[in-house]
Amino acid sequence: MTDATLTPVLTDMWDVDRSWTLPAYEAKGGYQALDKAFGMSQDDVINAVKDAGLRGRGGAGFPTGMKWSFIPQDNPRPKYLVVNADESEPGTCKDIPLMMGNPHVLVEGVIISSYAIRANKAFIYIRGEVLHVIRRVQAAVAEAYAAGHLGTNIHGSGYDLDVVVHAGAGAYICGEETALLEGLEGRRGQPRLRPPFPAVAGLYASPTVINNVESIASVPSIVANGAAWFASMGTEKSKGYGIFSLSGHVKKPGQYEAPLGITLRQLLDLAGGVREGHDLKFWTPGGSSTPLLTAEHLDVPLDFEAVGAAGSMLGTRALQIFDDTVCVVRAVLRWTEFYKHESCGKCTPCREGTWWLVQTLARLEKGQGSEADLDLLLDQCDNILGRSFCALGDGATSPISSSIQYFRDEYLAHLTHGGCPFDSARSTAWAGQEVTA
Amino acid sequence: MSTLDDKTLAELREIAGRYPEKRSGLLPMLHLVQSVQGKVTPEAIEACAEVLDISAAEVSGVATFYTMYKRHGVGDFHVGVCTNTLCAVMGGDAIFARLKEHLDVGNDEVAEKREGDQHTVSLEHVECNAACDYAPVVMVNWEFMDNQTPDGAVEMVEALRTGQEVTSTRGPRLCTWREAERVLAGFPDGRVDEGPAAGPASLAGLEIAREKGWTAPSAPVAETPAVAAPEKGEAQ
Ligand SMILES: Cc1cc2nc3c(=O)[nH]c(=O)nc-3n(C[C@H](O)[C@H](O)[C@H](O)COP(=O)(O)O)c2cc1C
Ligand code: SF4
Ligand code: FES
Repeated sequence: MTDATLTPVLTDMWDVDRSWTLPAYEAKGGYQALDKAFGMSQDDVINAVKDAGLRGRGGAGFPTGMKWSFIPQDNPRPKYLVVNADESEPGTCKDIPLMMGNPHVLVEGVIISSYAIRANKAFIYIRGEVLHVIRRVQAAVAEAYAAGHLGTNIHGSGYDLDVVVHAGAGAYICGEETALLEGLEGRRGQPRLRPPFPAVAGLYASPTVINNVESIASVPSIVANGAAWFASMGTEKSKGYGIFSLSGHVKKPGQYEAPLGITLRQLLDLAGGVREGHDLKFWTPGGSSTPLLTAEHLDVPLDFEAVGAAGSMLGTRALQIFDDTVCVVRAVLRWTEFYKHESCGKCTPCREGTWWLVQTLARLEKGQGSEADLDLLLDQCDNILGRSFCALGDGATSPISSSIQYFRDEYLAHLTHGGCPFDSARSTAWAGQEVTA
Repeated sequence: MSTLDDKTLAELREIAGRYPEKRSGLLPMLHLVQSVQGKVTPEAIEACAEVLDISAAEVSGVATFYTMYKRHGVGDFHVGVCTNTLCAVMGGDAIFARLKEHLDVGNDEVAEKREGDQHTVSLEHVECNAACDYAPVVMVNWEFMDNQTPDGAVEMVEALRTGQEVTSTRGPRLCTWREAERVLAGFPDGRVDEGPAAGPASLAGLEIAREKGWTAPSAPVAETPAVAAPEKGEAQ
């Protein structure tokens, strides 16, 4: 068992009949970690999460237990837990199936985490565009209330918790934690100035922990099996398991739950490889905001350190795979249009900068402009990266600078060719089928 | 168009009451008014403002920020084609172009209701909907229609227009856009137990693990108090 390449924990429920219901979850031992947590002091729960080495699964990888310990317990205001279920980073598609197939592990995680930080009210902020997922989480919360896992004096512990499921309304920026708080307070989702950090003044200016769905859902397993169990998986500084999402030109796209540190080569082996007759061209390790990598990077361990050392970021483990039929300029232009559309408009470098990036890229994609435009693009990126108010602006530059680094010639080919030299019809899902059929 | 009756006003107050500070209810409240009126009307903006004790301008500022709030009506079935990079490359661009032509509409427009049609359909291109492993993805009233093709998408919109029942590939029978908005406002519709736990792509890794007998390490057996030092080198 120790040589298992895949380690289903959160996904382990997904093939169970009616897995989303309370009886199914309890039959697999669900809500037992809760009693164990109630038998521990709050600080011991925080320490267990610290010792486990759990790092945020929402992209940035901040140590979760440390974040919890920043909550000032001498602050008289109420404490809040907010779950970030906005999942909108292009390529990221793990929290949504997790909440669809196993919503109770999130609810149990919410209760334990809230207990640890001494919150009596928690919110699950789910992007609005996933109706059935919202139904499943709403129902899981209702079932948990009815069973006495939520409400007052939970399991006779004297601890009270209320949970509100909140549907967003379409805005990528609301995944940024302070913009999310604005949305949750009924305002336009624009990021807040930090400091103060949410741990000190978050929701309603009160101490608030914001964590990703997968981070919170990992907590019951840590409490149930121990910090050492969790830390026995993964690499030295990136402990535990995580869901890796493969999409695009692979034979078997989907969700693969594995210890951190697995490589794309290993994952592709499991997924049957890049689709027939084609080679890997470029990929994102953690969503569109993480710099592109290429076939050179197949053996990079997918953990926070190694992907960083390779010039990118682990992000959300959203592995979007593009084969040799795909025009990198087209791909990058489309992402850039996304960032322009989703820029909240609060700061100039991002609001104006993303507009200019689209102009310049669109020109190049049509084969207009000149080689100097590549330097112009890099200059424009320089004016955004590190000068934007939040990480959306920084993320917008990632696909551009990395694609110029690895595929400069392809940009130039658009100029010599007078337009895109690729046939987009060859990239579609059905083009692959016609070839093999 | 129906006006906001007492039941709706009471529900708006109920939503606001879920939160420690009532303004937090604004997003779900706007979903609720859309479920009644099919869009965010000036009347609805006033009503939300009154319940929350804020100005109509503040409500309006919020309503215009978020893409799911509509100032022009949408169809009974709102079709969103993902055209973010991954889906676009996998065929989303072709699907969108085909539907646009077939329905003879621009982005975010409602197709004409033909004689004999039961329902209206509107078309919009949407950003990554967290379903990239099912690309190309189409959303109908925010339910997943996974792994679409141009022909399949045309058939689907025709089925919707002619009143046939259509089921999400990873979810329940489709409800109307207004019914969907009501669920988003926090009023469940009883369809939670329809549809699967997971689609085929979601299960890709799990199936391999089952086949090979791969599991996470087993939990330490003896549950001795905190200081127990479970098998450290086990992972190697
Ligand atoms: C533009 C932008 C979008 C983001 N979207 C998400 C998201 O959808 N889900 C998420 O968990 N974190 C998202 N984040 C990261 C959050 O700001 C935050 O770091 C995270 O929720 C913290 O949780 P974690 O420590 O458990 O990862 C986003 C950040 C930025 C800048
Ligand atoms: S970087 Fe972009 S999204 Fe972030 S605050 Fe500035 S304008 Fe808004
Ligand atoms: S890119 Fe279409 S669902 Fe992610």
